[in-house]
Amino acid sequence: MIGLGLFNYWVVIFLMMVGFYTLIARGNLVKKIIGLNIFQTSVFILYITMGKIAGGTAPIFVQGEQEVVYSNPIPHVLILTAIVVGVATSALGLSLVVRINEAFGTIEEDEIEDTAL
Amino acid sequence: MSHHLPVLLVVIPLVAAPFAALVNRPRVSWAIALGSAWWAFLAAFALLRQVMADGPIHYALGDWAAPYGIEYVVDPANAWVLLIVGMIAAVVTPYALLSIEREVPDARIPLFYAAFILCMTGLLGIAITGDVFNVFVFLEISSLSAYALIALGRDRRALTASYQYLIMGSVGATFIVIGIGLLYVMTGTLNMADLAQILPELEPNRTIPVAFTFLTVGITLKLALFPLHLWLPNAYTYAPSVVTAFIASTATKVAVYLLLRFFFTIFGASFSFGEMQLDKVLMPLALVAILTMSIVAIYQDNVKRLLAYSSVAQIGYMVLGISLASALGLTAGILHLFNHALMKGALFMAMGCVMYRVGSVRIERMNGLARAMPWTMAAFVAGGLSIIGVPLTVGFISKWYLIQAALEQGLWPVAVVVLVGSLLAVVYVWKVVEVAYFRDLDADADIQEAPLSMLIATWALVLANFWFGIDASATTGVARRAAEVLLGVGS
Repeated sequence: MIGLGLFNYWVVIFLMMVGFYTLIARGNLVKKIIGLNIFQTSVFILYITMGKIAGGTAPIFVQGEQEVVYSNPIPHVLILTAIVVGVATSALGLSLVVRINEAFGTIEEDEIEDTAL
Repeated sequence: MSHHLPVLLVVIPLVAAPFAALVNRPRVSWAIALGSAWWAFLAAFALLRQVMADGPIHYALGDWAAPYGIEYVVDPANAWVLLIVGMIAAVVTPYALLSIEREVPDARIPLFYAAFILCMTGLLGIAITGDVFNVFVFLEISSLSAYALIALGRDRRALTASYQYLIMGSVGATFIVIGIGLLYVMTGTLNMADLAQILPELEPNRTIPVAFTFLTVGITLKLALFPLHLWLPNAYTYAPSVVTAFIASTATKVAVYLLLRFFFTIFGASFSFGEMQLDKVLMPLALVAILTMSIVAIYQDNVKRLLAYSSVAQIGYMVLGISLASALGLTAGILHLFNHALMKGALFMAMGCVMYRVGSVRIERMNGLARAMPWTMAAFVAGGLSIIGVPLTVGFISKWYLIQAALEQGLWPVAVVVLVGSLLAVVYVWKVVEVAYFRDLDADADIQEAPLSMLIATWALVLANFWFGIDASATTGVARRAAEVLLGVGS
């Protein structure tokens, strides 16, 4: 079947769209953050998939072993950074939601707009 | 020591930030922020001089040679942006002392300065690095601290503004990461110079245009190009005055620089504008931004919001210069980066003075304010003249180059739009001037002139508006060199 070899990339696209849709369509501020998280996770998988080679192993040189296929560690390391950034963004976003709840008494976007007027 | 200047420029503020948070004494934190800002300003100035004299500087972090290690590269284009960030930070920090004591609760002031230093560090880092993934890391450092800074505004709507910015900014940053990932998968490198070398040699494929598109959307979201500007007006309106003045004059400028770096240095002008026909997208959006956002600005009652919409229009001018893709157009765009930082900085700082004394920047509270605060309102008028583009101000210089660049390509309707934008600016500046100068002061109002430290900082930027408007040889010289470097002619 066409594209089955690209299974991971289909997963990436699916997660990306799910996350992006949630982010745009939901009015609940916490759900928006969850959407953002799913969206970012899809990018993590994209990077990790890029670095993986079928049958590849961790890039650690072992004496005596020849003809070993290594996965590219750089995308994996990059995405560690991106995961940290994602955690920081979620933490800041959720703490803002807590403050918004204190200030407005709700975390629904349409209700906030009503009370803000 | 001077050999390590590129990295020290970023590392010293980065290390200073936690100290500003830990000492937990508002005035000491402020002093640390002041030191960091002035360090950035002086170091950026030294780098710019060095680059203009001796050509680009390459600095390998930890002595790991590029393209495997991370490299800092300074050329006229980013030395210019570094100087803008350093200069605005150096002017805003002395101003911040009193303004922040009024607008931010005492307990949060040390944290405010820590976030402020981090935001500046991030912006400096984006500008100086020669590694695309490093760009993303610094982008997030500056963005996350900017969200926190905006949320410190007194109005509770600052929280929702910050949240909205966080969501949109994160989507933009994630788009940039996707673009960078797709570039990496095709080239196997993250170094900008290396990318620029490998990309033209690749067979035609679909991945690179997709990467280009993701990067374009991500970056234009960050620089608030119409119609991706929706986060900007609320963020600028409800943030503390100091934050607005700083972010309005630096954050969007650094994003514009990023656009220049990706389109010209990495992808190359012939790919961006030839194959991808980017100018056909950017130019209409820039023109629409100039016209509609100037009109929207006219109808605002909150002067900070008015200036925020005016900022979106001014970003249109910068992008318009870039979309012309000629040496003259780029010079105009790059020049306007600096000039707009000067004028918007001055205008937002004048509004910060009003906020300090009046407690509001709504236009109905400004009746006859010029009598109570003559120096503040004079600064506003001077900044307003610069926005309009009156001769002898920096605004005139930018628009002069922009119109020349448009006419060079026979695009006279574009030149007309630039002029109409100026006329619309007359209307929204006049709206404030009329209220402040031609109405009577409210009888029960007891308002004094703003404190001296705030006035001096504001007027420093106002005078710079005139200084570089009268003698533009230094600024245009650097801008022209930067444009040449980006277009790949000259060194």
